Amino acid sequence: MSPRVRVNPIACEAHGMCAELLPERISLDEWGYPIVDSEPLTPAVLDHARRAAQACPTFALLLTRDRD
Amino acid sequence: MPAILATGGSLYWYLTRSTGAVALLLLTAAVVLGVVDVRRFSTPRWPRFVVDALHRNVALLAMVFLCLHILTSVLDSFAPISLIDAVVPFAGSYRPFWLGLGAVAFDLLIAVTLTSLLRQRMGYASWRAIHWLTYASWPIALLHGFGTGSDVTDTWLLALSIICLVAVLASVIVRVTDGWPEHLGRRGAALAGAGVFSLFLLIWMPSGPLGSEWARRSGTPSSLLHHHSSASSTGSSHGSGE
Amino acid sequence: MSEETLMIDPPVESAPAQAPGALPRLLAGILPDGAMSLDEHFAVHGQAPVPARRRERRSESPLIERIERAGLRGHGGAGFPTATKLRAVAASRKRAIVVVNAAEGEPASLKDRTLMQTLPHLVLDGAQLAAQAVGADELIVCVCETARASVEASAHAISERLGMPLDSARMRLTAVPGNYVAGQEAALVNCLNGGPAIPTFTPPMVFEQGVRRRPTLVANAETLAHVALIARHGPEWFRQLGTASQPGSALVTLSGALAHPGVYEIEHGASLQSLIDAAGGMLANPRALLVGGYGGSWIGGEFLRGVALSDEHLAPHGASLGAGVVLLLSQDACPVAETARATRWMAEQSAGQCGPCVNGLDSIAAAVQEIAEGHAQRNATQRIERLAALVHRRGACGHPDGTARFVTSALNAFALEFADHARRGHCEGCARPGELPLPVHRPAGAPAHEPTLPR
Repeated sequence: MSPRVRVNPIACEAHGMCAELLPERISLDEWGYPIVDSEPLTPAVLDHARRAAQACPTFALLLTRDRD
Repeated sequence: MPAILATGGSLYWYLTRSTGAVALLLLTAAVVLGVVDVRRFSTPRWPRFVVDALHRNVALLAMVFLCLHILTSVLDSFAPISLIDAVVPFAGSYRPFWLGLGAVAFDLLIAVTLTSLLRQRMGYASWRAIHWLTYASWPIALLHGFGTGSDVTDTWLLALSIICLVAVLASVIVRVTDGWPEHLGRRGAALAGAGVFSLFLLIWMPSGPLGSEWARRSGTPSSLLHHHSSASSTGSSHGSGE
Repeated sequence: MSEETLMIDPPVESAPAQAPGALPRLLAGILPDGAMSLDEHFAVHGQAPVPARRRERRSESPLIERIERAGLRGHGGAGFPTATKLRAVAASRKRAIVVVNAAEGEPASLKDRTLMQTLPHLVLDGAQLAAQAVGADELIVCVCETARASVEASAHAISERLGMPLDSARMRLTAVPGNYVAGQEAALVNCLNGGPAIPTFTPPMVFEQGVRRRPTLVANAETLAHVALIARHGPEWFRQLGTASQPGSALVTLSGALAHPGVYEIEHGASLQSLIDAAGGMLANPRALLVGGYGGSWIGGEFLRGVALSDEHLAPHGASLGAGVVLLLSQDACPVAETARATRWMAEQSAGQCGPCVNGLDSIAAAVQEIAEGHAQRNATQRIERLAALVHRRGACGHPDGTARFVTSALNAFALEFADHARRGHCEGCARPGELPLPVHRPAGAPAHEPTLPR
């Protein structure tokens, strides 16, 4: 049960707040869209990840828990 | 405390006016920040998440001052304003139309605030649709201020209101030009609405709130009218006693 | 690895139902024109087996187990194990829906519309059997709206089956838009739910929540045709052809400068040469092979001698069979120009929903075009490869990944030609009419509609 961040690419409108709030896992490509590192989130970044997901204006950033 | 109560509505009346002015200022700031936000403005010192959080927090603060504004106007014993008049428009006895506009603006802002606080639970499209109401609430709030405010003739308040109007007009223009010329109909309508509103103020203000006997014409109950010395008084001198 | 392939129009033989090990299987008894009627279909293949008595759990359906033992994988391009998909739909408690996917947005592929036009009952048999296996009471046949003959034949076949006791699911036909991504399963479901034929974000997957929020089995038409035969003849029969990892037969769309291009049935692992021979041979030596489709891969002419048509045999070439497109490019064609045109077409076929796809494919297409015209910046090919990696898995569907693969395989297979164009611009082959079909469609995302057919 590992939490990860994931982007809904359809909802994403490249506001870029996620990359500001979670630079450990998210960087932006040349068009402003997020490149997400889908490695499991460590406890240290979990709160930042939650905040980043709440900050996204279009709810495109998701916190998922895999069944693996 | 008894001393304050004995002077009746004076303190509350001042508080109502000041919280109203602050609320207008904060609402203006919220609109400006909202446009800055949606236009994706950012610098290294002002990253996107800061602008966004600022917009949300300023808007919430505006609501706090709005609630204080309503509370103090109800607590003030001078004008017969009850709590229900804050949400049910046009039913009060004190300047019903102009006060009612305040209730309309407040209702719209309640909808916007609640949906924003609960936005995780509603679809993005519905949240966005309701959020557009902010552009309607602002001019209604301004008209309420001009129509109800007893010191609308005060230079400082007039100047403040005009500065806020200019700020919002500028924001609307910046907003409308984003993505021009898609949806030209909507953009044209928005610009036309802003233009018509400004023109209306220009024409109406001198003969309306800035004109003679506005207090009577705007619907102040006649029992309260003798408290107003003249239409162009620089300060209202109402108290419980004569 | 046998060398068997078979043409689409053999002499008509209405042989009694048997269990042939060899080809033709799907194409057995196919008529030179028109569709096989219901009676003709039963004459060739026999009746579909009667479903067993009610089971405790749908996921234990004997048909699903037979399909699993047969090792059937999807023939829509993704190659997903069919039994796994059936089980996933069957596992839900809600009543399921089966969708027959003959949308076939891949321009160089004709097999699915050919099946619906000539052998609709084979597909409908498989669909009804799958419906019983997953507990579906409704079956929607989706055919590309531009394939008029296939739409009409499907409608006729459905009406022929009205009231057939073995058909447990009620059937209807829907003509769907022909844009490239319309055949993606979430896009197809979106279309059937009244939206545009473009993908939606998953989860929820369509097997959990699809058409009208019900568990939906979206299966390629050819896959269901195989289901119909496995139900009759069993998994061991199915495995008599093909390879161990890719058993059975498959339909391929063979095009290029051949005597008889068309839809052929091969066993997995058949050599490219045997397929070419079955098609009457090449009219000229091919320059290159495109296998899979516009989301597939190029293989340079120098490697074609040993090419065999199965994922296992194509993997060393960086290719896979996909939706069975086997397109041979002629010597006269310019592979750079063809790649540039097709890449721009794929960029325009983007649903336009995801930033990386919209921007990435546009940039890639522009870069390829610049190379073709000789205006390329230095390191243009490295830039394209970087962009290809940048779009990988960053869309809501596989469209950017497929396009990226198509382009990078072209850079690989035609390295000399690309370098040549970068220096000197257009060659004489560039001006020739294109050999890769690039149709013009209604805008991507147009909703489906019921087909109007002559009575």
